Amino acid sequence: MRPILAMVRKDLQLFLTDRRAVIMSLVAPIAIASFFGSIFSGNSNADRARIPVAIVDQDGSAISRGILDRVRGDKWVSVSTPTADEARAAVQKGALTVAVIIPGGFGDAAGRAFFSGANRPTLTMWYDPSHSTELGLVRGVMTQYVMESVSAEMFTGEQGRKVIDDTLASIDSMRLSGQQQALLRDLLQSARSFYSQATPAPADGATSTTPRRGLSMPYSVSEEAVTSGRNAAYNGYAHSFAGMGIQFLLFASIDLGVGILLERQRGLWKRLRSAPVSRVSLLIGKATSGSIIALMTLVVSFAFAMLVFGVRIHGSLAGFGLVAFATAVMAATFGLLIAALGKTPGGTRGIAILAVLMMVMLGGAWIPSFIFPAWLQQLTVVIPARWAVDGFDAMTWRGLGLQAALVPTAVMLAFAVLFGGLAVARFRWEEA
Amino acid sequence: MLEVRSLRKTYGDHVAVHDVSFSVQPGEVVGLLGPNGAGKTTTVSMIAGLVTPVSGQVLIGGEPLAGDTDPKKRTIGLVPQDLALYDELSALANLRFFGALYHLSADALERAIASSLQLVGLADRAHDRVSTFSGGMKRRLNLAASLLHDPDILLLDEPTVGVDPQSRNAIFDNLETLKARGKGLLYTTHYMEEIERLADRVVIVDHGRVVASDTLEGLQRFAPAGAAGASLESIFLALTGRTLRD
Ligand SMILES: Nc1ncnc2c1ncn2[C@@H]1O[C@H](COP(=O)(O)OP(=O)(O)OP(=O)(O)O)[C@@H](O)[C@H]1O
Ligand SMILES: [Mg+2]
Repeated sequence: MRPILAMVRKDLQLFLTDRRAVIMSLVAPIAIASFFGSIFSGNSNADRARIPVAIVDQDGSAISRGILDRVRGDKWVSVSTPTADEARAAVQKGALTVAVIIPGGFGDAAGRAFFSGANRPTLTMWYDPSHSTELGLVRGVMTQYVMESVSAEMFTGEQGRKVIDDTLASIDSMRLSGQQQALLRDLLQSARSFYSQATPAPADGATSTTPRRGLSMPYSVSEEAVTSGRNAAYNGYAHSFAGMGIQFLLFASIDLGVGILLERQRGLWKRLRSAPVSRVSLLIGKATSGSIIALMTLVVSFAFAMLVFGVRIHGSLAGFGLVAFATAVMAATFGLLIAALGKTPGGTRGIAILAVLMMVMLGGAWIPSFIFPAWLQQLTVVIPARWAVDGFDAMTWRGLGLQAALVPTAVMLAFAVLFGGLAVARFRWEEA
Repeated sequence: MLEVRSLRKTYGDHVAVHDVSFSVQPGEVVGLLGPNGAGKTTTVSMIAGLVTPVSGQVLIGGEPLAGDTDPKKRTIGLVPQDLALYDELSALANLRFFGALYHLSADALERAIASSLQLVGLADRAHDRVSTFSGGMKRRLNLAASLLHDPDILLLDEPTVGVDPQSRNAIFDNLETLKARGKGLLYTTHYMEEIERLADRVVIVDHGRVVASDTLEGLQRFAPAGAAGASLESIFLALTGRTLRD
């Protein structure tokens, strides 16, 4: 026991005397995590960025104005009304996500098509291909408001009355069966008599800013971001600090591994091996000091995130502790593995840094893994950092209970056993 | 006290040590002399348990080492060829660490540290970082670090490389003190005058084999023809030849 304690003490002394290493492992994760956190927090529920959409109204009809009014009131988009050329240029530059062109005659044509289904006018959308997901959202928004605006005008507006008159006049020339023509005539005549009795407002109602009622969406949507905690909300900082904490914890494990190689190179390992200390004790001593340094990194960066960015452990505190412990042990055994597989300190450091960066990138430490394509999400379960990130997410903003910490903890401890076993098997014990 | 029997070590096809046998008695200094790559460090490493021999035996008090934690390891003190010290730590922190590896209690450790620092003349620099030490001071600390557990046998692998004559003489004085206390010393070097000053017996190795093993006077029989009172160097060159080794 005494030799193990002495090794831990000595490694901590060494760590603390290297001021640059201390700063590197404490300040760097905080700086980088703050950056990533600020990017992904912009996505929080409260101030979600609205999609910039342009409506180019080349029609100027009551229907097209009705569409514009309704879109302006939507919470998902911010609307501008440039000319067609300006809109196209802005989409190309990326300043606009979607531009919707309402062509001349759209209102009339849409009104006619509303009843007959024939000669539907075209609504053109120019979109930024780097935002193709938002196109779907804008299409949905437009569907709702075009339907509302056209139907409102058809049943209550001036333009609708004219369209109904025109349609009635042309029913005979439509390619419909006699019975269908008769039914459509009935429908339109009922609509016309509905106007003459039920329209209370004069014609200037068309310029009113509150759209009149027509068909409306037969439902409304109530949205709630679901995390299991009472007040938990997605917190980009919780995620980014976990991610960067893990990344720098793995960097600390590189220092552990390369440190062993340096000790060997300098002949220090000869002293360790000539003393009556077992191999297991030597590795446990190294892994323990590595875990402690790794945990310090993690604790400091989370403490910073809690104080400065209001990150909270909404889930189980014990679960958080378990995940942190398992992550540190996994990282320490990873360090031993680096020492076992490495040859020269310099070359090993280079390769190990690459491996760690790949690991944390694929583990979702930089960008949350739920953004990854499904196949990649499935593939990355073989990456220990992924479990660490998921475990910390579960215990912080997702607000899950101890139960949710158990699987990530167990998986990481299994990785630790694997890494540790490989390290013992491959470690070079001869000091020539 | 220390007996080495037919040690052999190979690295792949390369035979680093062919067949080396000798012994070291209490209060005796045995010089292990040989050109670069002769197998001196490999031999010392096998004695200290750092390297497992392919065949042969290392007997300490008549028994072989039984594993990593064998208490008999405490009778051996290794002074590595490299300066095996943590430059970033103070001399004291270094010694506390190395002493703890031998399970010394806190009291015993502090006493051992004080006396070994005293011996090598670094007591007043105990709290300074090793990186601020001169080459000679580092060599002396390298020696002190191996004395904490009061070993009976000291394995010294080129303990005076790169030091000035003052430090070298200080180290010699230290070693003579240790010899007078009854320690057995195995002393590896390329410097003939060190062997002439210190060694009771000399083992000359070349290409992993012992080519001569005798007292200084006894080695005279290997002197080049007609050279009465030949220097150790001329005997050494006569035995190992003049071809370069590296
Ligand atoms: N780990 C190793 N792998 C391969 N060959 C080795 C290894 N260690 C030593 N050797 C070889 O074994 C031989 C003996 O090396 P050793 O270091 O014991 O010599 P030495 O007598 O101590 O030399 P020097 O005077 O240069 O210190 C040399 O040829 C060396 O190249
Ligand atoms: Mg050597």
